[in-house]
Amino acid sequence: MQQGEVQIFTGSPLGVLFLWHVFNFLALKKFNNLTEIQSEISAGALNCEALVKYYLKNIEQQKELNAFLEVYQEEALQEANRIDQKLKDGTAGRLAGMVVALKDVLCHEGHELSCSSKMLKGFQSQFTAPAVQRLLAEDAIVIGRVACDEFAMGSSNENSAFGPVRNAADLNKVPGGSSGGSAVAVQADCCLLSLGSDTGGSVRQPAAFTGTIGFKPTYSRISRYGLVAYASSFDTIGIISRSIEDNALVLEIIAGYEEQDSTVSREEVPAYSTQLLEEGRVKKIGLIRETMESEGLNEEVKAKTLEKIDALKAQGHQVETVEFSLLDYILPTYYILTTAEASSNLSRYDGVKFGYRSPNGTDLESMYKKSRSEGFGEEVKRRIMLGTFVLSASYYDAYYTKAQKVRRLVKDQVDQLLSEFDFLLMPTTPTTAFAIGEHSEDPLEMYLADIYTVLANVCGLPAISIPNGEDKDGMPIGLQIVGGAFKEADLYAFSKKLLPA
Amino acid sequence: MNINEESLKKLAHLARLDFDASASEKMAKDLSGILDWVEQLNEVDTEGVKPLTNMSQEINAYREDVVGNHLEREKGLKNAPDQDGEFFRVPKVLD
Repeated sequence: MQQGEVQIFTGSPLGVLFLWHVFNFLALKKFNNLTEIQSEISAGALNCEALVKYYLKNIEQQKELNAFLEVYQEEALQEANRIDQKLKDGTAGRLAGMVVALKDVLCHEGHELSCSSKMLKGFQSQFTAPAVQRLLAEDAIVIGRVACDEFAMGSSNENSAFGPVRNAADLNKVPGGSSGGSAVAVQADCCLLSLGSDTGGSVRQPAAFTGTIGFKPTYSRISRYGLVAYASSFDTIGIISRSIEDNALVLEIIAGYEEQDSTVSREEVPAYSTQLLEEGRVKKIGLIRETMESEGLNEEVKAKTLEKIDALKAQGHQVETVEFSLLDYILPTYYILTTAEASSNLSRYDGVKFGYRSPNGTDLESMYKKSRSEGFGEEVKRRIMLGTFVLSASYYDAYYTKAQKVRRLVKDQVDQLLSEFDFLLMPTTPTTAFAIGEHSEDPLEMYLADIYTVLANVCGLPAISIPNGEDKDGMPIGLQIVGGAFKEADLYAFSKKLLPA
Repeated sequence: MNINEESLKKLAHLARLDFDASASEKMAKDLSGILDWVEQLNEVDTEGVKPLTNMSQEINAYREDVVGNHLEREKGLKNAPDQDGEFFRVPKVLD
């Protein structure tokens, strides 16, 4: 439709009715990126209201996925109308037309925040996290709050107090975790983009399981004020999207200094979204031998990774296999340090200032114990107990300090590799999405799902998972690329070239 | 590392958690298994390595010493399980 025609039609009530039908017809298609949406909006073929209605319908029709804990139907439509007016007035922000979902660990004033836990059921955020605020300030529309593993602890989204989230590619399979709801919301076209959090792979692993793009920035790149803390020396906010462009644009908007988080980096934020097309020189890519020879690596995932490597070589990039003898020690290091930090961070849930309080306590101590025992799920309690153990006076040096030392060795070795190579490349996960219930008996089996993703968190590095085909059952496979600290722009530009145009 | 019933009880108290008999048995078994697994770190020679304790690259985040916006009392009390409009209420602490 031409812009001129729109102007003619909008003049009469009949024209408006006709346009309304056109909106609904056009809105049936899936949008892959914000540019598509914004160009349809400026051509007069779409508005935010129709777009929000389209996503609301998709959410409603796919309730069995259990991705959304709450849908902000009325509020999203009101926001759509407000932004449609701003678009008309020419005052709309850069994210006008972007509909997003927020993981249930991010504060959004006046909205519930439960961390998918009974402990925080009914909790109302009293302020908005700066990362979320910056999205809103650019006119993104928040359509709802999506489920995760309880307190972001898990790799399958089965640890939610509100039931497992299901993978839209196969309802009997997990979507990955802990940002499972965030990944499925994008996978199932219930929003264009979502925010998650990534402590050990919680954005990249579900992105790999759902065929979406999952990005974890450098540690400290995005303010974590208003992100519920799990393990503070690992936690980052991450972004799940359908396109590299949207991911880069959102990082550009939410990253950077902010006074409420004393750990956030003051490093300048580049305009990632405008640096995607720069012609890169030939890249040097490191392939860690141990990742490809790992026992648990599924054959189909391995084959797809090798195919991609061949393609890179054919494009003239240098791919070299390197040794990294510490690979097997990363996961144990991660579990000691994150559980230690979690046991400390989660001590705030004591039934006094907010959250669940058990009616069964008789004195202060039993009130604490009963509230925590009844409010937390099993995996959260397991991690608090493990963390309490490794921090206890008799074992502190043998476990906690030891893991901090190994962390330094790992970080030094990886930094050394990244001084020789532009990127490290590996599968995001050893397998594709597994069945719901498959790993619920043995916590260790579940921990192994994060074997390739924890490296970036242990070292504080940026990493991305991009879709890399499917297995024979049609389940998505992910490819992970890890870059140097604060080299997000390179990571985005390189990833874009690896994806089909 | 084997976590027995007694050490589990002690840990649970430190973590302010309670486990009934069957949950306690499973937790002890899980913790013992996970600890055996993390003990493979002992294979790594860390002689003379300084523990890595902080991941932020920021050095001393200073700010002006000025009064800022803090949560007002009403908002601070809003999510409390029990409060009297001015204070958080808890079970009796002293007899």
